Amino acid sequence: MRLLLPLLAIFAAAVASSAATDNISEAAITDAANPAKLSDFGFFNGSAAKPSDRLIPYELRTPLFSDYATKQRSIYLPAGATVSADTNGRLIFPVGTALIKSFGYPAASGGLDVIETRVLLHKASGWVALPYVWRADGSDADLRVGGKRVPVTFAHDGASSSISYSVPNKNQCKQCHSVANDIMPIGPVWQNMEFPRKSDKQRIAKMVPAFAQLQPFARWDASDDANLDQRAKQYLKVNCGHCHAPKGSASNSGLFLDGSAQDAAALGIGKRPVAAGRASGDLDFIIAPGKPDRSILIKRMESTDPGVAMPELGRSTVHKEGAALLRDWIAAMPAKTH
Amino acid sequence: MRMRDLIFVGAALSALVQPAYAKTIQVAPGAGAQERLQEALIAAEPGDIVELQAGRFALTDGLSLDVDRVTVKGQGGLETTLDFSGQQGAGEGLLVTSDDVVLREFAVENSKGDGIKSKGADRIVYHKLRVEWTGGPKATNGAYGIYPVESKDVLIDSVLVRGASDAGIYVGQSRNIIVRNSTAVENVAGIEIENSFDADVYDNIAAHNTGGILVFDLPNLPQMGGHNVRIFGNIIVDNMTQNFAPKGNIVANVPTGTGIMVMANRKVEIFDNVIGENGTTNIMVVGYRFPYEDTKYDPLPRDVVIWDNQHSRAGWAPQFRGGTEIAAAMGGSFPAIFWDGAGGADLRPIIQDDVMALSLGLTDPKAETTSAQPVPLARSASRPASLPAIILPESMEAIVR
Repeated sequence: MRLLLPLLAIFAAAVASSAATDNISEAAITDAANPAKLSDFGFFNGSAAKPSDRLIPYELRTPLFSDYATKQRSIYLPAGATVSADTNGRLIFPVGTALIKSFGYPAASGGLDVIETRVLLHKASGWVALPYVWRADGSDADLRVGGKRVPVTFAHDGASSSISYSVPNKNQCKQCHSVANDIMPIGPVWQNMEFPRKSDKQRIAKMVPAFAQLQPFARWDASDDANLDQRAKQYLKVNCGHCHAPKGSASNSGLFLDGSAQDAAALGIGKRPVAAGRASGDLDFIIAPGKPDRSILIKRMESTDPGVAMPELGRSTVHKEGAALLRDWIAAMPAKTH
Repeated sequence: MRMRDLIFVGAALSALVQPAYAKTIQVAPGAGAQERLQEALIAAEPGDIVELQAGRFALTDGLSLDVDRVTVKGQGGLETTLDFSGQQGAGEGLLVTSDDVVLREFAVENSKGDGIKSKGADRIVYHKLRVEWTGGPKATNGAYGIYPVESKDVLIDSVLVRGASDAGIYVGQSRNIIVRNSTAVENVAGIEIENSFDADVYDNIAAHNTGGILVFDLPNLPQMGGHNVRIFGNIIVDNMTQNFAPKGNIVANVPTGTGIMVMANRKVEIFDNVIGENGTTNIMVVGYRFPYEDTKYDPLPRDVVIWDNQHSRAGWAPQFRGGTEIAAAMGGSFPAIFWDGAGGADLRPIIQDDVMALSLGLTDPKAETTSAQPVPLARSASRPASLPAIILPESMEAIVR
């Protein structure tokens, strides 16, 4: 009995600390088994519209285009944990961290119709990416490792579009989130992040003093914020650079849009296609300077044919505004004279 | 505790510490095939077999496999078909990104992009597969049928590929490769080895393509300097399908009626093939003729050795600029073997076939073919020692025996 008392005390302390973390289950994040339901994590209080107070919401100055979906991003940091960063401003999170991203479209009734929530879980063995699809009644979301297609109708620029929205399967999550075949977060780079709550920004800035020296990245759609070249390159970095990187899924293309390109060809300028197949159309170069209509990059951005469209995943709608930005960028390049 | 109980406990303990036995996951065609098959490919553990039952799987998206040591096995290239004619997303039918994977005895039809791609997938085996665009040659077909890239140890054995708008079987930026016992018909390029090291291509049939077998090296890629490729014992005939590649692709420049084309590679051996009925030429050795900016790239073919091939008719309809004029000057037909002359006499291919061979005399590979100054290439008296045969890990060979 004497032995039992301390044990009980430990048990009580454990219960107390889990209550303090607003019912978020750290075990659900770190255990090898993947929870079947999103509610098993405790990130939300009953619906996607009610995130736990323990989550740190953030936004991206230049985001990845995903069929005009609205995205809600947040970070769960384990109690007492701190983050660090590499020299490029990329946040390094401790084991037990979760990155949570919900995708949806504005509901007729106001608010957001959330389709899916993707989580990146930092387990001791590395990051794991999982897609959860919300039930029709919005009560919970279920793990769908095989992905799912969901018919969606949304309005953009006054026009209504109906698409087959693709929830990625678990492998497709990794296709974009892979660095040398390991899963990595993509978004959380300090210079591209904004925090709706000032206190969150101050808290993280305090953990990494070097952040004070970093200049924010361009907003792709704010011409008073940065020049055309900066905005176009930032758009490419965010929308293409996760695969088109020396250690990314498209490494074999030799087209590097992650900011690592050391010469014009690696950025696509005057570069001939390698494995583009019919996606090249009748065009000779990824980027033909001065000639957006002759550039394979524009052709692939403006296509929704799966054998042609880029990015390969998560896009069944043309991002008109993004394509327009890159058209302007290519048109402004001095045409090469032979 | 009695002895029997002890044994029982011991067995239970060992079951806990031993990995689970490899299992077979059965997947049947029918409703929900996309999600059921993709979930099986995700749920598979190393050592497992994902077995596709007979029938037609109607798929809406690309499939992918990212687990090491998994076998995906159907009931045969005609019996089990993955049908991608309704594909809405992804750049290929099936993508493999893990090591020691075996793909066997099924078919992929009408994928919107490539058929089967494996990237960074070492020791992959493609065996008894069919990858086909069933409408025949069309520019709207996907690019590559079977497409391993950035991989070490690749075995492609007994596959059939038809209709690819780029290459039927394409091995890119890889090393230690065997392509054999396979058939490539009605593709732009039948079989292509590109920016790769150490490849044996033998006992294949490449017929009715635009070009039968290509060995290329291209600039501005992570792996360049393609070398050590042997092409032998193949039947490469009637590659007269009008080039249907979209213009921007490098293979769009392959003249219709090409048997074998070597571009900018080093140490290529071509021997014991049966080559004929190719209207441009049977064997072509050329430099890379486009402008490029890449100081690490060598555009010249070097150390190409050609011997003991059996040639039949070639060169009656050469499909490149200036070809007709050269053919006319030579009595109506272009020779069965030609070299563009890139790099000058020091780089001339060694040729011991008993057919007419020609140099176009274009020492600069970028020169227009219309400015050719053709000179016959004499038969070489001797040839250098042969390259060694490619040897793959015995475990890979055992799979196809």
